[in-house]
Amino acid sequence: MIVFTSLLVFCIFLCLYRVGKGPTAPDRTVAIDILGTLVVGFCAIYSIITKKDLYMNIGISWALLSFIGTLALAKYLEGRGFDE
Amino acid sequence: MNEIIGLILLIIGITFDVVGCIGLVRLPDIYNRLQAATKCVTLGTCMILLSVVFYTGLNSIGVKALLCIWFVLITSPTGAHAIARAAHRSGIRLWEGSIMDKYADDREGAEDIA
Repeated sequence: MIVFTSLLVFCIFLCLYRVGKGPTAPDRTVAIDILGTLVVGFCAIYSIITKKDLYMNIGISWALLSFIGTLALAKYLEGRGFDE
Repeated sequence: MNEIIGLILLIIGITFDVVGCIGLVRLPDIYNRLQAATKCVTLGTCMILLSVVFYTGLNSIGVKALLCIWFVLITSPTGAHAIARAAHRSGIRLWEGSIMDKYADDREGAEDIA
């Protein structure tokens, strides 16, 4: 299991590289979206290790909040208000 | 037996995640990166959550993992579509090796009619 979690941490560092370097703002938004999905997988592996359902609760709420954040960032990039 | 199936699904899922993130770093364009990263990482994370179901059975962890598969499958392509549309509308150019841009043609046609 430690191999899988370390591979996921490697993926998260690749996403952070894209967040830091990305030439435009949508690149950073994509990287943040992917990072949220990776954190859901990390919570899933952690719930296998510890046999507790607390981490799956964190995963579900993280997926939904990451979706809302991505939609808000996309609206902002499009240059419109939030109520259109 | 269930643990072997769960381990195989976990390995497949982690492989898809790693390949998707390498695509996120290596590809030349925002649209190509979106294509690689979103599809690979969505499928990989769904595989990891399915392996949780096989590891633990249908108790409180497994049912929440199934619910989380549903949420990820619904929300991740929607978010990717919103980002692609926002990037195109905010005027980001395609990579110079791209050969067609159907969405720009559609928007120009719609503006001509209007």
